[in-house]
Amino acid sequence: MKLLLSFDSTTVKKPIISKVTLESGALINILRASVGARKGEIIIEVPEEKVEIVEKILKSEGVFVSELKKAVEKNEERCVHCGACISVCPTEAIKRDAENKVVVEEKLCIHCGACVTSCPTQALNLPSI
Amino acid sequence: MKTVQEINRKILDGNVCVVTVKKMKEIVEELGTEKAAREVDVVTTATFGAMCSSGVFFNFGHADPPIKFRKVWLNDVEAYAGIAAVDAYLGATKLSESNEKYGGAHVIEDLVRGKEVELRAIGYGTDCYPRKEIKTEISLEDVNQAIMVNPRNAYQRYNAATNSSDRLLKTYMGTLLPNFGNVTFAGTGEISPLNNDPEFRTIGIGTRIFLCGAKGYIVGEGTQHSPPYATLMVKGNLKEMKAEYMRAAFFSGYAPTLFVGIGVPIPVLDEDVAKATSIRNSQIETKILDFGVARRNRPVVRWVTYEELVSGKVEINGQEVRTSSLSSFYMAEKIMNDLKKLIEKGEFLLSEPIEKLPKVQEVKPMRQREVVVVKKVMNPAITIRSDTKIEEAAKIIIEKNINHLPVVDDDQKLVGIVTSWDIARAVALELEGSVNKIMTKNVITVYPEDPIEIAASKMERYKISALPVIDTKKRVLGIVTSEDLSRLIAR
Repeated sequence: MKLLLSFDSTTVKKPIISKVTLESGALINILRASVGARKGEIIIEVPEEKVEIVEKILKSEGVFVSELKKAVEKNEERCVHCGACISVCPTEAIKRDAENKVVVEEKLCIHCGACVTSCPTQALNLPSI
Repeated sequence: MKTVQEINRKILDGNVCVVTVKKMKEIVEELGTEKAAREVDVVTTATFGAMCSSGVFFNFGHADPPIKFRKVWLNDVEAYAGIAAVDAYLGATKLSESNEKYGGAHVIEDLVRGKEVELRAIGYGTDCYPRKEIKTEISLEDVNQAIMVNPRNAYQRYNAATNSSDRLLKTYMGTLLPNFGNVTFAGTGEISPLNNDPEFRTIGIGTRIFLCGAKGYIVGEGTQHSPPYATLMVKGNLKEMKAEYMRAAFFSGYAPTLFVGIGVPIPVLDEDVAKATSIRNSQIETKILDFGVARRNRPVVRWVTYEELVSGKVEINGQEVRTSSLSSFYMAEKIMNDLKKLIEKGEFLLSEPIEKLPKVQEVKPMRQREVVVVKKVMNPAITIRSDTKIEEAAKIIIEKNINHLPVVDDDQKLVGIVTSWDIARAVALELEGSVNKIMTKNVITVYPEDPIEIAASKMERYKISALPVIDTKKRVLGIVTSEDLSRLIAR
């Protein structure tokens, strides 16, 4: 499961991820992080069986947690299956299928948005969280 | 040997053999060219890609009182009105004056989708055309003519793109990631029309084609036609086109453009035609150019085949680099199949070209008055060593009345730069010692042969006022400042 963690000016200063790792024993994979002095956003991947405990600890520390269930959304009416997005995706989540159609492998998407800006027909959008 | 007339008779009789060029390659491999030529009558080829040189001629009919357009806009996108009173040409890449991601291509797609667009125009106010302005709504049904005429479409092959610089580039070749992060390419390779008839035996002036769902025609060679980078100029009736075979696009950081779907039927007249249609991606070569160099002659990173490009990965400097196509193989295959069905149903007859396309043509660069290079405007640089004391550097800056001191090593190689600002900062912070402490180590530089436009855009992008001029071994040859450049503009 991928979780989007939002930190405010208080929580961003604390070593919360380390705390969660130690207390839950979950092997957390950081997929994307944008951390500044006043706020931060981190996307982590957590093993399914640890999601509940990880979320519980994060929330108790004051971190805003949202589950990323959907991948980047593709408007099939706009998409022409050119593939401009394929090589800019850092996780290789976008591929061609047997018919040469461009498809998104949901579980690999980390919501970075690189494909969104590279799509010439504006067919890709990040889902609202 | 077959003639186009014989094939057309077969089409009308309902016993024509049409295959897509994808299938044809398998047939030739299996049966050989002779047998393939005997069995197959027509091969369909196609491409579907962003084709900037596209647009539509309109005649809107006369207003009352009549107007001669001085300027005309469709949904705030200006069309060229320097022709007859109510005629105009709307180009695909023209940007809207109010919507930053909307352009001529979007107006064209909106019209084909049956939407109304706003026409706004201003006139001269003459005796014959007294009206000075008009604002109204029009749809494709309302106009007399809407004729798509694309001066350059269906490139036979196209240079692929990569980016050696450390900056993400937004180009007409899509997003190019820094440090050779990806490669983008255009064209559909072995299924693209012109690659399957490189001698232009059947594709020529007057050839009937499938253009965005309508019947269209080849007008002649396209602009910048230069085999094996051949191009086509095509026309078709926008009123008969279908939105699914075209798509308005916007390349971030570049411009709007139009994805155009083109299908070309190739009559299999003889064995040579059959052989030409068996070409494989492995036989189609193009260059990968480095868009990190903002010059007309972008360096060739390497030659590559469409087979490698289509595979999704190419090797650059020993590294595997992922590729992105900017053309749709899915749509091209759909067009090949749809055109095949149209011919089989007897709804699409082939035409013989009335004139051949030129086999040899060169693409010349623009004649320019003068390209001013950095070497012409640079000044000698006063350099210092990294162990120079800050006070010493300050003294040089005052004495020589300059603002920038490139820092070099024993071999005259650039290792940093100190500006009067760095000195002021050092004084304010009471820093002492050598300039090593305060110099900028990541120096933005130019080469002596770079046009001054390159120097100007670097200064603007990095918000700096001078650039050391270096050779390929990083030795400092001089310095160019924003004052040097503004003096040129003021002259």
